[in-house]
Amino acid sequence: MASVERREFLILSAASIGGVLVYSLDRSAVRATADDHTIRIPLRFFTQQEALVVGALASRIFPSDESGPGAKEAGVVIYIDRQLGGPYGRDRFRYTKAPFQAGPPELGYQDSANPQQIYRKALAPLSGIDQRSAAEQDEALRKIEGTQFFDLLRSHTIEGMFCDPVHGGNADMIGWQMIGFPGPRMSNADDIDQHYGEAFRPKPTNLSEIGGDRLHLLEDEK
Amino acid sequence: MKTLAAVDVAIIGGGWSGLLMAKELGARTPLSVVVLERGGQRGIDQYLLDMDEIDYGIRFRMMQQPSEQTVTLRHTAGETALPVRQYGSFLPGAGVGGAGEHWTGICDRPLPDNFELRTRTIEKYGEKKLPEGNSVQDWGITYRELEPFYARVDALLGISGKSGNLRGQRVQGGNPFEGSRSTDYPTPPMRTPYLGDIFRKAATSLGYHPYPIPGATISTTYTNPDGVTRAGCSFCGFCERFGCMIGAKAQPTNTLLPVIANQKGVSIRTQTWVRRIVHQSGGTNRNATGVTYRDATGAEYFQPARVVILASWSLNNVRLLFLSQIGKPYNQTTGEGTLGRNLTHQVAGATQAFFEKPLNRFMGAGAAGMTMGDLDGDVFDHSNLPFLRGGLMTCAVGGGRPVTTFGAVPRSVKSRWGAEWKKAAVHYFDRTGGIGYQAEHLAYKTNFMDLDPTYRDLHGDPLLRLTLNWHDNERKMLDFGLAKATEIAKAMGAVEVNPFPGLKNYDATRYQTTHVQGGAIMGTSPENSVVNTYLQHWDMPNLFVLGGSAFPQNFSAHPTMTILGLAYRTADALIERYLKRPGALT
Repeated sequence: MASVERREFLILSAASIGGVLVYSLDRSAVRATADDHTIRIPLRFFTQQEALVVGALASRIFPSDESGPGAKEAGVVIYIDRQLGGPYGRDRFRYTKAPFQAGPPELGYQDSANPQQIYRKALAPLSGIDQRSAAEQDEALRKIEGTQFFDLLRSHTIEGMFCDPVHGGNADMIGWQMIGFPGPRMSNADDIDQHYGEAFRPKPTNLSEIGGDRLHLLEDEK
Repeated sequence: MKTLAAVDVAIIGGGWSGLLMAKELGARTPLSVVVLERGGQRGIDQYLLDMDEIDYGIRFRMMQQPSEQTVTLRHTAGETALPVRQYGSFLPGAGVGGAGEHWTGICDRPLPDNFELRTRTIEKYGEKKLPEGNSVQDWGITYRELEPFYARVDALLGISGKSGNLRGQRVQGGNPFEGSRSTDYPTPPMRTPYLGDIFRKAATSLGYHPYPIPGATISTTYTNPDGVTRAGCSFCGFCERFGCMIGAKAQPTNTLLPVIANQKGVSIRTQTWVRRIVHQSGGTNRNATGVTYRDATGAEYFQPARVVILASWSLNNVRLLFLSQIGKPYNQTTGEGTLGRNLTHQVAGATQAFFEKPLNRFMGAGAAGMTMGDLDGDVFDHSNLPFLRGGLMTCAVGGGRPVTTFGAVPRSVKSRWGAEWKKAAVHYFDRTGGIGYQAEHLAYKTNFMDLDPTYRDLHGDPLLRLTLNWHDNERKMLDFGLAKATEIAKAMGAVEVNPFPGLKNYDATRYQTTHVQGGAIMGTSPENSVVNTYLQHWDMPNLFVLGGSAFPQNFSAHPTMTILGLAYRTADALIERYLKRPGALT
């Protein structure tokens, strides 16, 4: 795995991610506390510079503000890095035989570039945007709205906010807690026709609590 | 290519219809039966850990992968078809159980007049009411003939529901427009989540007749006539796109496999990709002689068989007939030929409604909620409407998984990212409900299938090419239905409603249903169909083609009840008559 041998790390200050759980390459949880100055997360696909740009842009798509935590606290960039580093990023599932021809939008994405290539190409001219102001980052996003890269980044940001934490995003289930989703709950049989019109918010659970070491994720496959 | 020892029956495809046929043959005959399934083994032991929206709901882990095989699509015959490179509008399954493992589990029957659509429409409205260019035709079988087989499917799956017409008697609380049922549902209706309850009240106040969605996600523990026991649904909300972790949702692996596992005559070979049906070509006595397949190592085999049953997904059935050069391909220009004609999908859309109160919609099941038939079929008069037929109006609560459903905001919110959007999307996440209209798709001369001249699958075989577009009948029908859905949403107390934007061209990127039908349709003669009403190929009496490929056009109901009902009817005819006297069944 070349991307691991390259030993790129995403280095974050503990304060920047709000002191929540983040997940390292082997899926063991690391809780950053106020005592830690920085935390190093090994990257599977992105360079450190790319990860900082993706993290910054995802935080403008899903900001952290008074309506709740955002992409930064959820670890969205870690989720996206793992997806791109796995078979999805290399287009193992998509039909990729030639010839590639343009078609009407109803036939869907028809280009040859895989998600890894789409990100790498789009991120190059955005290098350094993580150092700019929020207004400048918003302006950069507005310029690329409607591109395949923007559509992927927006979808992946939502995925990283609300995936099971085992995939690297939704750290500490903060996305689920914000919207009242309890995760893979074994049974709602006692409650399905109760709580009409009132919020019923059971304590969230996740796949690691159910499946532990038996989980085999697609992103870990070749 | 290695030739294997001959078997009596080779079944292509290990989904609902193939495994039902295997089970019936195993129980009622001493024959040797082999089921050839392209995907791997599956079962309940894997499904506890599949409550993972990313791998299963977004990356489609239970589905056939387009990288191996997809279809090409064009809207009209004058265009160049392009491959559907990633799935969107339908999601075929792979592996033992097929799409029957990850289905939603809604189990309604079509209306009686669906089976005689051409005759009944002309009787009531005259031939001019049928849209220009249609190729609508009768099925060659009636609801009354099929009803006993529906009753057997009800019992096999343990369907939960509320009858509306039991042996001709109207029953309050069920669907008053349904065909007469000979037996009541085996299990009581599922309990109703909050959203379904407010739909029921609103629809009733508007004069409609809502009833609980009939479902294979059963309401209580049930033991079927084969002695297979399944648990009641826990409303975990992981049905469609997932296998059921407790076996409450009827799936081939929890309903048929427990029986097949004890049958000596039946074996299932996984990772076997059937590439051709082999047949004798000379003379008038045409017969299938077996199938060729490739295994996971790439080795090729010839499996001889006395009877071949083609029971893969509808489009794959049609493709294999084309690849095997069985039947006469349909020619759009001359109208001659039958293979590939009458390709239909279903017409589906939804109105999005935003509510003041939280809905707790993480609790749900594929078939939890309410539906109604007031705007279905010809239940309402079409004399002064610019379209024919209609659909089921449904408010289902499938489980509200967040990656798939987060982000819906009222149309007064203009942004799709950033602080304003996020605030609204977080607020409305558990306050958004859909009212769906799933409607009939008529058959047209210009919607058909053949083999693509350019694109090929992983083995180098041509992909199936779909030539498919919507016509004005579907567009007007959906506009009509979803305008009614908006009225219902307002009566439910919605604070805002996003209307459906309208149907334009067939869109391969937007999920409709996985109910793509036709291409090897059933009928009364070789001139109008590929198979007879026993699903026996007109040209080859020892070849049977099961599944939705036999539907002459598509009704609004979900297809599994009808696919299994027809498969039971084929099983009876095959076992009781064909095996005693092989030849064309009449």
